[in-house]
Amino acid sequence: MRAPERRSALPLVFDGVALDVGGAPRLRDVCCRLDAGPLSVMLGPNGAGKSLLLRLAAGLVAPSRGRVRWLGAAPARDAAAIVLQRPVLLRRSVRANLAYPLRLRGLSRSEVRQRSGRVLAAANLEALAERPARRLSVGEQQRVALAQAWVREPEVLLLDEPAAALDPGATSALEAAIGRLAREGVKVVMATHDLAQARRMADEILFLHGGRLLEQTPAAEFFRSPRSAEAKRFLEGGVLA
Amino acid sequence: MADLGEAFATAFRLLATGDAELFEIVRLSLAVSGSALALAAGLGLPLGAALAIVRFPGRRAVVALSNALLGLPAVVVGLLVYLLLSRSGPLGALALLFTPQAMVIAQTVLITPLVVALTRQVIEELHAEYGDQLRALGAGPLRAVPTLLYEGRLALATVLLAGFGRAIAEVGSVLIVGGNIAHVTRLMTTAIALETSRGELALALGLGILLLGLSFAVSVAAEGVREVARRAGA
Repeated sequence: MRAPERRSALPLVFDGVALDVGGAPRLRDVCCRLDAGPLSVMLGPNGAGKSLLLRLAAGLVAPSRGRVRWLGAAPARDAAAIVLQRPVLLRRSVRANLAYPLRLRGLSRSEVRQRSGRVLAAANLEALAERPARRLSVGEQQRVALAQAWVREPEVLLLDEPAAALDPGATSALEAAIGRLAREGVKVVMATHDLAQARRMADEILFLHGGRLLEQTPAAEFFRSPRSAEAKRFLEGGVLA
Repeated sequence: MADLGEAFATAFRLLATGDAELFEIVRLSLAVSGSALALAAGLGLPLGAALAIVRFPGRRAVVALSNALLGLPAVVVGLLVYLLLSRSGPLGALALLFTPQAMVIAQTVLITPLVVALTRQVIEELHAEYGDQLRALGAGPLRAVPTLLYEGRLALATVLLAGFGRAIAEVGSVLIVGGNIAHVTRLMTTAIALETSRGELALALGLGILLLGLSFAVSVAAEGVREVARRAGA
């Protein structure tokens, strides 16, 4: 979807990032770098800090300490789009939901129609285009939310547990759409606690536990021989304290 | 009891025959309250929504004030608007006192706090639900205001209905700034008060029945709109 010659805002660097929520530390001293290319999966148990890290990347929250920096030549603004774990669609049609972020950017009516039509087709949502978005099934709504991010043509797509509430069929459809975006050159960063999904999707793993980033490793290596004891226990299905 | 029965019969005859005086009063009442509602909506909806979304120093005080103004007595509003519009008042040069425009101003002042306070409540709840998503889509607070007003359109229809109900049913402020002048500023409520005091119960009852009917019709219409929208999934 994106022009190949487009300048990149990546890499995205977390530089000693910490985040306190209500006085309690939720992320501590996170240092990592996300480059264009590999599909990155943030893996870890619930409460590890995956969602907060994604929100920091999207600029929805500011770090308490440290810095989140986009080091590429392109401006960071509009570089990333995030799909929240429980996306809230607007009370209008699917097509109008896709048009909304484009209107915010001041695109012309014809451009809005063209772009949203293209994404509706690519996301296999054409049949649902005129349906009220909030009347759709959870799986369909999640696909609409993904398309709503997709239509903004982001360089980086941040996905927060996108399949958490989906059945296997809907998960498979969603993963296919995510895979397609990744193949088109969109940098996908996805948070999940689902090991099987991480195995299916990830090129690299960022393993978090207790608000700390314990490792950032190529996926094959992570699943073969995780470095941290916590990751090893997590892969064995153990409960992490 | 016989007098009451006779009054009802006369009232229905006036309604059935389309009594000119009666319907002139009804038309003016609808025009004044409708205009006041339009103005209050234009001011109160964005103001209430902004109050729900935008954080600024002193916001809590403004919210408390807007809630306090919910109980604003109509006669006090009438008095304040009277002072503003009277010949020696700051807006005296406009010569609006004892005109329908003065009544529109008074009713606007009366119902705008209601629209602001109820809109703030509706939008605050919506903002809790949509806030992160809107920011994720790139909508800042100012862009979120019209979006949330649109998202809350069904609940806000009820807010406006409440505003219209308060406007059309109040008597204190319009009596003070309008003066209840026949064929000029006589509204349903002021006419009911006047005719009752003169012992002309038939016209008063006819107007009362119409007033109740209007409230009922507006309520049914609003519920109908909400139902249609709900079925359409809006």
